Amino acid sequence: MRLVIALPFAWLVVFFLLPLVLVLGLSFGTNSPDLAPPVELGLNLASFRLLFTDDLYLAAWLSSLRIAAVSTFGALLLGYPMAYAIARARPQLRPLLLTLVILPFWTSFLIRVYAWMGLLAENGILNQFLRWSGLVRNPGTILGTEWAVHLGIVYAYLPFMVLPLYSSLEKLDWSLLEAASDLGAKPLPAFLTVTLPLSLPGIVAGCLMVFIPAIGEFVIPDLLGGTRTLMIGKVLWDEFFTNSDWPLASAVAICLLILLVGPIVIFQRHQQRSLERT
Amino acid sequence: MIGRARFAFTVLAFGYAFLYLPIALVITYSFNESRLVTVWAGLSTKWWIALFHNEAMLDAAWLSVRIGLASATLSTVLGLAAGYALARVPRFVGRTLFASLVVAPMVMPEVVMGISMLLLFVGSDQLLGGPARGFLTITIGHVTFSLAFVAIVVQARLADFDRTLEEAAMDLGATPWTTFLTVTLPLLTPALVSGWLLAFTLSLDDLILTQFVAGAQSQTLPMRVYSSVRLGVDPQINVLATIVVAIAASALIASAVLTRRSVDKRAAQ
Repeated sequence: MRLVIALPFAWLVVFFLLPLVLVLGLSFGTNSPDLAPPVELGLNLASFRLLFTDDLYLAAWLSSLRIAAVSTFGALLLGYPMAYAIARARPQLRPLLLTLVILPFWTSFLIRVYAWMGLLAENGILNQFLRWSGLVRNPGTILGTEWAVHLGIVYAYLPFMVLPLYSSLEKLDWSLLEAASDLGAKPLPAFLTVTLPLSLPGIVAGCLMVFIPAIGEFVIPDLLGGTRTLMIGKVLWDEFFTNSDWPLASAVAICLLILLVGPIVIFQRHQQRSLERT
Repeated sequence: MIGRARFAFTVLAFGYAFLYLPIALVITYSFNESRLVTVWAGLSTKWWIALFHNEAMLDAAWLSVRIGLASATLSTVLGLAAGYALARVPRFVGRTLFASLVVAPMVMPEVVMGISMLLLFVGSDQLLGGPARGFLTITIGHVTFSLAFVAIVVQARLADFDRTLEEAAMDLGATPWTTFLTVTLPLLTPALVSGWLLAFTLSLDDLILTQFVAGAQSQTLPMRVYSSVRLGVDPQINVLATIVVAIAASALIASAVLTRRSVDKRAAQ
């Protein structure tokens, strides 16, 4: 029995906890390109100071937060009606409808992002369609803008939004809604005062499940956002691979973790509470 | 109330079109004659033939499959142990730390996990002279994040589990180990199979962590795809996408049929 606990425990301490301690240690180091590995250990706060004073890094933090927030909201706007429609579909149909939402998740993430490159390019399929249909004569290029990043995040993380929303809407007692309408509430006020508050746990869980991975996203801004879109995950990647500045990349990682502690704790408390309720 | 059915239909039609149209276009253009993915120039299978002669891509795919098999198997073993400990051992030293360590990799940004694991391997290289970066380090990385998914599935299965079966076996004189092997493990099999499949899929798909810990010699399939896609749209990648989608869809249909059959069997009994 001891081994059953000790084996995964030791694995996680060595390969997960210890590496994080190393990142923390290295973030106080000094970048020394002549050494291999290019770091001199010490207690140097320069990397952190740079992160909070340089305009480029500040802009990257802010635009990461903005992109993640806007995309999360977009996913909610699209995911909520979908989850609602599935929850109110005939019970025999629901598993199929849900499977259709999850299926893309089982194909490659990279390839799903790639699919949008051909769609959004200057001469891409979307622009060809817009020109052909006469809707827009001179459509701009979406690829390489923040809009493309929003689209990519909503597309890639939509299943994470729909699933928790569905599970809270499915448990909803619809007779409450009938009661509201019997008492004279119109559909919209009934929705706003009954359905929406009761599905709040699903909304919180879904939003956090999109927001948390979106903040540190690298592939989507790199492939769809072009060079102008700044996101913090991309900054970390570039500092590490392109500039070989290990202390700065480590400092970015530590700040990203501190930023995410709040949302993650809320998410775990929330999950715990909904587990206890069932 | 007539409006509601129409609203639901419109919403779902739009939602599924959004989810599937990009994939459908990728599949269609894998049969395109032209090199330009934006121009349709007639049906052709030349990109399919080109992909199957692309040695670098095939080598990368083979490496990915080997890493996937190894890491999915190892994370199923470790995830089973972790899930069992969390579900069945209410008190032990460091339980709170253990519980958060198990789930933390699921919410950790991948760039952070990538840089931290690379630093570990660089450190161990300096102190112990190994392990060499490649198959082994990538596998260790994948196990560390997919272990969590297996543990959660196992823990959930054990939570709504008829414990009287295990108690009956013990009352009849079975040792704890025999009880585990003959009662608990068979009942856990569906959870372990889905955990293994999830771990395998995650491993096959991982780019970021892999890119950090792979070293200069090894290139997995996602790394290969990424370096080709960065340069622009490539018809061979469309072919690869079509194959991936076909495999995922047939696995899902197979699992649906199997579930249906076992439900029917239970209903018949």
